[in-house]
Amino acid sequence: MRFMSAPSIGQFIPGESFIHGLDPRCKIVATVILMTGLFMASGIPDFLLWFCLLLLCSALSGIKLGVILRSGRPVLFLVLVTVVMNLLWTPGTELARLGPLRITREGVLLASSMGLRLLFLVIFAGMLMMTTSPMAFSDGLERIMSPLSLLRFPTSEMAMMMTIALRFIPTLFEETDRILKAQISRGADFESGGILRRARSFIPILVPLFVLVFQRAENLAVAMESRCYVPGARRSRMNPLKWRGRDSSALAGLALFVVFAIFCDRYLFKAILAWLAMR
Amino acid sequence: MPIVADNISYAYNVGTSAESVALRGVSFTVERGEWVSVVGHTGSGKSTLAQHLNLLLTPRSGSVSIDGAEAKPGSGESRVARRRVGLVFQYPETQFFAETVRAEIEFAPSNWGVSGGALKACVDEAVSASGLDPALLESNPFALSGGQRRRVAIASVIAMRPDYLVLDEPTAGLDAAGIRELIQFLSGVRDAGLGVVQVTHDLRSALSYSDRILVLENGSRVVSGTPEFVARHIIDNPVRGLVIPPVVRFADALRKKGMNVPLICEVDEMVRAIGIYKERNKKCGS
Ligand SMILES: Nc1ncnc2c1ncn2[C@@H]1O[C@H](COP(=O)(O)OP(=O)(O)OP(=O)(O)O)[C@@H](O)[C@H]1O
Ligand SMILES: [Mg+2]
Repeated sequence: MRFMSAPSIGQFIPGESFIHGLDPRCKIVATVILMTGLFMASGIPDFLLWFCLLLLCSALSGIKLGVILRSGRPVLFLVLVTVVMNLLWTPGTELARLGPLRITREGVLLASSMGLRLLFLVIFAGMLMMTTSPMAFSDGLERIMSPLSLLRFPTSEMAMMMTIALRFIPTLFEETDRILKAQISRGADFESGGILRRARSFIPILVPLFVLVFQRAENLAVAMESRCYVPGARRSRMNPLKWRGRDSSALAGLALFVVFAIFCDRYLFKAILAWLAMR
Repeated sequence: MPIVADNISYAYNVGTSAESVALRGVSFTVERGEWVSVVGHTGSGKSTLAQHLNLLLTPRSGSVSIDGAEAKPGSGESRVARRRVGLVFQYPETQFFAETVRAEIEFAPSNWGVSGGALKACVDEAVSASGLDPALLESNPFALSGGQRRRVAIASVIAMRPDYLVLDEPTAGLDAAGIRELIQFLSGVRDAGLGVVQVTHDLRSALSYSDRILVLENGSRVVSGTPEFVARHIIDNPVRGLVIPPVVRFADALRKKGMNVPLICEVDEMVRAIGIYKERNKKCGS
């Protein structure tokens, strides 16, 4: 029986592909560009273009498309709610009617683009996390935010916090799995009874988990201090980040794609549609 | 009626890049009233096997049957089966959640609907069997020492009166006296008719006290059988991470010199055997 498996979403998948080898700063900036582009996308044909980009990412990262798509799974419910809401509550030309519910042409368009946009957002974010080790990610983020430290913003502490948080997600899943198994083998039952009983039945899971987290936190703090960690102190790097030519090329290529996608969405596809409608 | 694991294989994280095979076609039996030890180096699959006996894990191939009925995990029966096979985990403190030791021990039996006087009886019995100081019943389980915590964990499992007791590394972190008490406890449990499975990497205690031993390496069975048989096998074909105890090595060396001492015995037994041998030799020589 599988009780808790570590999340396949957003977990680093080690590899040596082109995308894995890019500078984390490049990948973070690229993701931000992609997200901006996605917010401007609106038509279904445009999302086909974005899907092609996903195929390209899959080829360049050596990660199977199925695995990449799977990172959208946690938001599937949210997407569904968004789609339904937009579908039912958008005024416009009526397509179908079901009692008090009206489905409109505009609703269908809005719902599909909203849903797709959300999915793509999460999937591209997942792509970033799958190809960037947590260490490299927080390193990159720290460097990107470093101008903020002039404003006394604690960038290196923030990055350290993020590193630790990311590092402990899989550990937490493992520990939860262990606790779950221990309680289930003592007959814990999470399925029967009313809401109150079910909520109560999680106490034997949550209490050990909290105790464990606090213990871990304390151990980690002691270990860090015993190795002379001083918040905000200047540290040199073991593997300094290096921005290479291919990082610039990748970013340039991506920017071009986004501009092209927006152009298609705004003018090209509309023009084609208009042309088709005329014939 | 035994627990029978027939040719089971298991892998973690199937279908991801982190897939790791933990068991490869292992067969295993434990009867009631029998003490079986499972030994092997770190990562050899001992804990994985232990969790199969309790239906927490489902074999990828092969089957596990408990008292003759093949156990289908996820069914209502698996909950019933789970009550019959008590499993004490490698790190028992990860299961503590209650405010008092008593509540902690009451957890398992009350999950099966035991209450009132019967519940109290279960707790008292478990406490005395596991050698836990009854004065600790009202204290906070998190405030106990490592050895006491382990006893609480064991008590909290035997309180549900299982027919089999599976313990994952029960001796880890115990001092010599604690280990001796634990072994006494396990012998008592076995003599009371329960099937005992002890997962350990301490070959010494496994050889001296268990009825049968299963040796795992990289998820496969290396050898299984009586302690003598297993010791013999390991002396001839060393297994990574398993050290033959000095007494056994000594006995083996003596036997190779033609001295007829038992292969597995405690030091004083050994001394006695050597004494008898010398006496006899003297008589023959004169
Ligand atoms: N939750 C898990 N997820 C992924 N792999 C696991 C998990 N648990 C165990 N493994 C792997 O399965 C193999 C067997 O592990 P197992 O815990 O059964 O070993 P063990 O013999 O109990 O070791 P130890 O003596 O260290 O407790 C190991 O290679 C381990 O890396
Ligand atoms: Mg183990």
